[in-house]
Amino acid sequence: MLLQTGFIYFATVIVVCALMVITRKNPVHSVLFMLPLFFHVAGIFIMLNAEFVAAVQVLVYAGAIMVLFLFVVMLLNIQKERVRPRVGLKWTFTAPLGLTLFGFLVAILVRSQYNGTQGSFTIEAVKQIGNSQAIGQVLYTDFLFPFEVASVILLVAMVGAIVLAKKRLD
Amino acid sequence: MVPISHILILAGMIFALGVVCVFAHRNILMILIGVEIMLNAAGLAFVAGSMRWGMPEGQIFVLFLMAMAASEVSVGLALVVYLHKRKRSVNIDDFNEMKD
Repeated sequence: MLLQTGFIYFATVIVVCALMVITRKNPVHSVLFMLPLFFHVAGIFIMLNAEFVAAVQVLVYAGAIMVLFLFVVMLLNIQKERVRPRVGLKWTFTAPLGLTLFGFLVAILVRSQYNGTQGSFTIEAVKQIGNSQAIGQVLYTDFLFPFEVASVILLVAMVGAIVLAKKRLD
Repeated sequence: MVPISHILILAGMIFALGVVCVFAHRNILMILIGVEIMLNAAGLAFVAGSMRWGMPEGQIFVLFLMAMAASEVSVGLALVVYLHKRKRSVNIDDFNEMKD
């Protein structure tokens, strides 16, 4: 019962924050509404017994990505989106588009069957050694190569961002 | 325990809102924000599957997804700064040619 109430609270806040993000005219407000969204997604991760992923979500999304967005929005000093005849699609078209996509997803979910064998990563097994240790054991054995590839991707992204954003020296 | 279908419906709702954010705005920053929201929805679905089937792979994959999202956003925002330096605009309709 408590879990259900918590889930309804988190889900409501997430959806309302996402709606606020996409309807605000000022990009600063949009970015700031992303902050409670990410925190509440982390809350749902905790409800799903994924404490380590929840901590990383707060660190990476709320800590790094949010600050990066805010930094760029304030660096560029963007005012409200200029009203002009635009090539893009209007709300009258995009809102039904989103509703249709959501309808498709729900239709798929209703028809799907959740079969399959149960793995050994159960709540009781994880509780004995702790979530971080359980994830670390898998991450540094079975997923060692993808882990190293992720570090190379981060290095490439860092070098690329510096090269793109630096001033020309000539 | 919250049933997995509820969480997947929530993830679908967040994903649809991210798609609307990408299509409704002409500001490059808002489009990047929409992509971030969609990535969050995908991560939510992965963690829900990890809980339902008792497999650690779902949570591991969310960690890789976050590394990918961080690198994507840093390169994307560097491109936004670069484009703003060249054209004094972040409206995507202004970037309609390959030469300047």
